Amino acid sequence: MEWVASISTVSQFSVLLADDWKEIPPWSKLEIADQCRSILNKIAKACNTALYIYSIPKSIAIPMTQKTPLYENHLQAGGKMVDFGGWQLPVHYGSLVDEHHCVRNEAGVFDVSHMTIVDIDGTDSSAFLQRLFANDVASLTDVGAALYSCMLNEEGGIIDDLIVYWMGDRGYRVIVNAATREKDLEWIRRQSEKFNVTITERSELALVAVQGPLATERAVACLPEELKAPSRALKRYTACAHDDWFVAATGYTGEAGLEIALPQEQVGEFWNALLEAGVKPCGLGARDTLRLEAGMNLYGSDMDETQSPLSSDLGWTVAWQPVERQFIGRTALQQQRDTGVGQKLCGFVLDGKGVLRGGQVLYKDDAEIGVITSGTFSPTLKKSIAFARVDADCIGDCMVEIRNNRIAVKHVKRVFVRKGQPV
Amino acid sequence: MNIPNDLFYTESHEWVRLNDDGTVTVGITDHAQEQLGDLVFVETPEIDATVSAKDAVAVVESVKAASDIYAPIHGVILDANTALAEEPELVNSDPYQAGWLFSIQPEHATEVEELMDQEAYEGFIASES
Repeated sequence: MEWVASISTVSQFSVLLADDWKEIPPWSKLEIADQCRSILNKIAKACNTALYIYSIPKSIAIPMTQKTPLYENHLQAGGKMVDFGGWQLPVHYGSLVDEHHCVRNEAGVFDVSHMTIVDIDGTDSSAFLQRLFANDVASLTDVGAALYSCMLNEEGGIIDDLIVYWMGDRGYRVIVNAATREKDLEWIRRQSEKFNVTITERSELALVAVQGPLATERAVACLPEELKAPSRALKRYTACAHDDWFVAATGYTGEAGLEIALPQEQVGEFWNALLEAGVKPCGLGARDTLRLEAGMNLYGSDMDETQSPLSSDLGWTVAWQPVERQFIGRTALQQQRDTGVGQKLCGFVLDGKGVLRGGQVLYKDDAEIGVITSGTFSPTLKKSIAFARVDADCIGDCMVEIRNNRIAVKHVKRVFVRKGQPV
Repeated sequence: MNIPNDLFYTESHEWVRLNDDGTVTVGITDHAQEQLGDLVFVETPEIDATVSAKDAVAVVESVKAASDIYAPIHGVILDANTALAEEPELVNSDPYQAGWLFSIQPEHATEVEELMDQEAYEGFIASES
């Protein structure tokens, strides 16, 4: 009964707020929303229930927790839920390490429905994306081809990293990070003003990533008939689609597998079918250790608007040719390229005891030379690995400070594990 | 959740066992190991070190995070569980027995009894979540 009472309190309250919303001056909206959220949180806490606000306008960025369509499925599977950038998501379902190994050896599934899917279509869409992205969508010549790119500001700083798919008649599909949703959409809309394009956020779609050496085989068995053959035949970095189902051979783990977007009403059934087919549910924790081992950057940790692709080991994602293509940030990036970047993102391994973590400082001959951007214990290598941004003229083996002790770390290539094997 | 009734507990989620010889053994609770997740590294305290209550004396690290372990009472470190260097996962699988962290010779015999008992700790966890 308590639960029913609190939900009704919450929705009545937010409906009241929405009715008079237009009368409130914009500068005070955020403050009001914040205060309401705090009151609602107290009510929810007193009633021992989770808080979910329905009616506060989306145009206001309120840090509230949202649930994906798979929320109940996570609870059923024993997911330990955490707040991740405003989303309730499982960090693990019992053992992060078991989930990690399962993706390296068999097949695991991640709920990534919090990520933002944006479809971009219209006669100018190619020209628009050639301006918007540092990588060149002109290289997407086959229907279904995918490309990883950064979206830069005029200073060459990274607004976000993303994957863009060219789906032929369906136009382009872009998948960006969840935490950057508002600023990305605002930037994309602002930049599109002079182009004839339509920009459609597909928040009604759920997104799951099925990853691991057995992932494709097991996931294909659960797909609609029309998609089975084309999905099985997908080459790496290509995609196919049918109705509102979209299947791409991409991922964030360094393993084979598929990323599947589908209508959120159907995702529960699909999730259950995957679990029955022997695919293990995996949480954000394993997603992080897997991507680190695979040498993949995390936006907000390894890069942000103060860093460029060149200082983030993403130079390979910048298409410098043709020279006429004036993508946003090109001038600044060219200048960095000519003068050389001061710092670079590198890989490090700790052979001794301990765990490297973001924020730990690196030293060479007692001088500070860099800082770890992401670090973890690698379940595959059974030792700690990290990315660090280091002064370009000091790259090499050095010392890391952990709890006032300096310990030697080895400079290595930024890919630690490829297809299940240590590199 | 497993909270044995013959142990004492701290607000930082250590358990404390009062042994027959007057020494105490310390570890982290089942609740704490569950919150931390798979442990991959344990740094135990130096033997013979004199410690005060609430001193950070050991570190446990899971894949996701590092966490300090505090001395529950004043005393001298008698022994540390060296098996954890090779098998930190013992803390996850058997937090109250094989996963013990260190033992202390208490400075004041009665200090342990000022800590929470099973019931109080249960209530404390409920109030925290």
